[in-house]
Amino acid sequence: MTENLSHSEPRSAQEVAASRVRSPHTSMFLRMLVRAAVLRRGRALSALLAMVVAAAVATAMLNLFVDVQAKLRREFRNYGANIILVGRGSASLPADTLPQVESVLAGRGVVAPFAMVVARTNDGQPIVVAGADFNRVKQLDRWWSVSNWPSAQQQALVGVRALAVVSPRSQPFDLSFQGHTIHLTTAGTVQTGAAEDSRIYLSLTDFVAWTGVQASTIEVAASGSPEEILAVMHRLEQTIPAADVRPVRQIMEGEARVLGKTRATLLASAVLIILTAALCVLSTLMGWVFDRRRDFAIMKTLGASDRLLNGFFAAEATALGAAGALIGFVVGIGIAAWIGRVNFHAPVVPRFSVLPFVLAGSMVVTLLSAILPIWLLRRVQPAVILRGE
Amino acid sequence: MFARLVYESFRRQKRRKLLAGAAITLGVTVATAMIAVATDIGDKINRELRTIGANLLVTPQEDTLDVEIGGINLKPPSDGAFLNEADLPKIKGTFWHNNITGFAPMLPVNVTLQGDGHTEDITLLGTYFAKQVSFGKEQFTTGVRSTHPWWKVSGAWPDDSSGDILLGERLATRLSAKPGDEVTVSDRRLRVSGILSTGSSEDDQIVSPIALAQEILGKPGAVRRVYVSALTKPEDAFARRDPKSMSGPVYDRWYCSPYAQSIAFQLQEAIPHSHAEQIRQVAQNEGAVLTRIEGLIFLITLAALFASALAVSAAMATAIFERRAEVGLMKALGAGRLAVASIFFAEATLLALIGGCVGFAAGGLLARQIGRSIFNSQITITPVLLPVILTIAVIVTFAGSAVAIRKAVRLDPVFALRGEL
Repeated sequence: MTENLSHSEPRSAQEVAASRVRSPHTSMFLRMLVRAAVLRRGRALSALLAMVVAAAVATAMLNLFVDVQAKLRREFRNYGANIILVGRGSASLPADTLPQVESVLAGRGVVAPFAMVVARTNDGQPIVVAGADFNRVKQLDRWWSVSNWPSAQQQALVGVRALAVVSPRSQPFDLSFQGHTIHLTTAGTVQTGAAEDSRIYLSLTDFVAWTGVQASTIEVAASGSPEEILAVMHRLEQTIPAADVRPVRQIMEGEARVLGKTRATLLASAVLIILTAALCVLSTLMGWVFDRRRDFAIMKTLGASDRLLNGFFAAEATALGAAGALIGFVVGIGIAAWIGRVNFHAPVVPRFSVLPFVLAGSMVVTLLSAILPIWLLRRVQPAVILRGE
Repeated sequence: MFARLVYESFRRQKRRKLLAGAAITLGVTVATAMIAVATDIGDKINRELRTIGANLLVTPQEDTLDVEIGGINLKPPSDGAFLNEADLPKIKGTFWHNNITGFAPMLPVNVTLQGDGHTEDITLLGTYFAKQVSFGKEQFTTGVRSTHPWWKVSGAWPDDSSGDILLGERLATRLSAKPGDEVTVSDRRLRVSGILSTGSSEDDQIVSPIALAQEILGKPGAVRRVYVSALTKPEDAFARRDPKSMSGPVYDRWYCSPYAQSIAFQLQEAIPHSHAEQIRQVAQNEGAVLTRIEGLIFLITLAALFASALAVSAAMATAIFERRAEVGLMKALGAGRLAVASIFFAEATLLALIGGCVGFAAGGLLARQIGRSIFNSQITITPVLLPVILTIAVIVTFAGSAVAIRKAVRLDPVFALRGEL
């Protein structure tokens, strides 16, 4: 304040008087606010910096907390189907089932039909042969380790254990089903460590032409929250009464558990980090305000009311909080996007719904850290402060 | 004189020291807790991922093909090779036995279900529910209740030594049977202890203790396959290498890493005439999920360390800024810059050490609390971390004070004493 007065001296008295007549209160108030920030640039900047960092960290954490669920769900979709449709009583599904399932899903997931029969090899051994749409399987069952996907007709994908039975030297082989024989060449092998290893996979068109058996199972990897998946299941049950719709509980429950725990850990870390950042702001700002107890004392000696003083420091704190929160929000969105790119290879979408919380939180913290020292100093005589005691 | 200055500073400015100390303590607490959580999260999430099911499957080496369709195995039950149940406890004798959280043997047999007037051919699956197994002096409990946690039973789980059975959900609905009823299976009267719901083929089957299946099959000790649930490390290029092509030390490193591949290799060694393989659906995806979650928590830990470093720095800067007058007095009395700076640094070190120790203990407690409330298991922090944390605390405190100390030391004592700045 002392500096304030001395700096305004060069202006002529008339000018000052004129400006006061125009807007007596607001201009002085604003000038005090601006001057306070400009004259103690260093400290004001460090307070602002602390605020920006706190707001940035809070924004990034909240953004991640909201988004991480969706990101991890996508990872879990690599586990394959979470819903299975089976024809009731092991019957085939009607031919229009696949388009129906796709229209229910509306692009939010992957669908793959499978048909299965037990065929016989040349020497009469029974073997499970499955018809599948290879392009869909590639998307749905990403863990399949396939040496080479079939691309032409009458090519088969042979399970590593089935290979030893039907075609140990990769020679072409015949399979028969109810009197019909099909001649197949081995395009590649599939290894999964599960039942697929003992099967032979054909393209669905070859399979239907050979056996006349339509798809009996449709595997669906629906994306979304558990509620959305349940809704999809419910709609599937309604639109396709011929199918028995079953959830793959193993996948759904595991996913829910892991996501729940990860979110809880994230929440705990977010609370810790935001708390630390808020405390950092609190200590910096309190130091700043405490440092200006002389300003406070002079204002009081010149006759400022308690209300005006509180208002002044509150306005200052709010302005700082708002500015810090806005800059911090932008920085925080950047940090969240970076973490998304580094860790999930997909950017975290900025959530503007987080902004009001960050803004309100910042203002509360800054107000608290401005009002607290003022409240402590309020009973102290200005003379004592000015004497530097 | 130096010691007295520092001592008096602590004695007379208790409030300020307490504030700065509290900031350091808090910063270290958060840092310690986050580091502890980050180092342990992999193991914790790995255990949670085990709820998706076993990741390794052991089958007989010379087995014939499975002909299973719609949950019904068309292969003649006595066909093919079997594993010996007596060999199974050896699973706990492998190098990574601590990483094996459980195993469950399976023996499907075809039985006829005789109801009132009609008969039905179905599969009876023999397994362990929660069986007491001993290997050497070690006792442990294993079975589907740990390897297949998504199996839900209404009623009671049968005892492994009893002849009671579980009825699959859909089968039970067809028979309108409920827990406590008796059903006739291949001329045996068996008590239904519960109704099993799994969401897959077992819903149409009967699940029983393995001894019953072996008795029906007439092959004591026979096991068709074993599901093994193990904590593994995400697969990398090294994991995929063929152990046969490796030289001594490389082989040892591969053998002693908990990859799914090396654990499968060891299972194969432990159980005679067996073939062990990872179930790729579970094993492959697990690595991806684990890497993502670990990466996320690691980045967040960095953010936490940064935030706490900043908090400590801010607190130290404020604390020193408030003592300009003192610096002025010291300088007026003839103290050199070095002397003033060293007093401040000594104080900072002392604060950092005290705050660091307290914060380390508090952080350990906090991490334990987090572990207990989220994962129902302890997150312990190794004492080895203490010197690391203390070093970081001292460095951060120094860095935070450095700018403020530099400013304070450069100050002209006249201005400082007049209280102008």
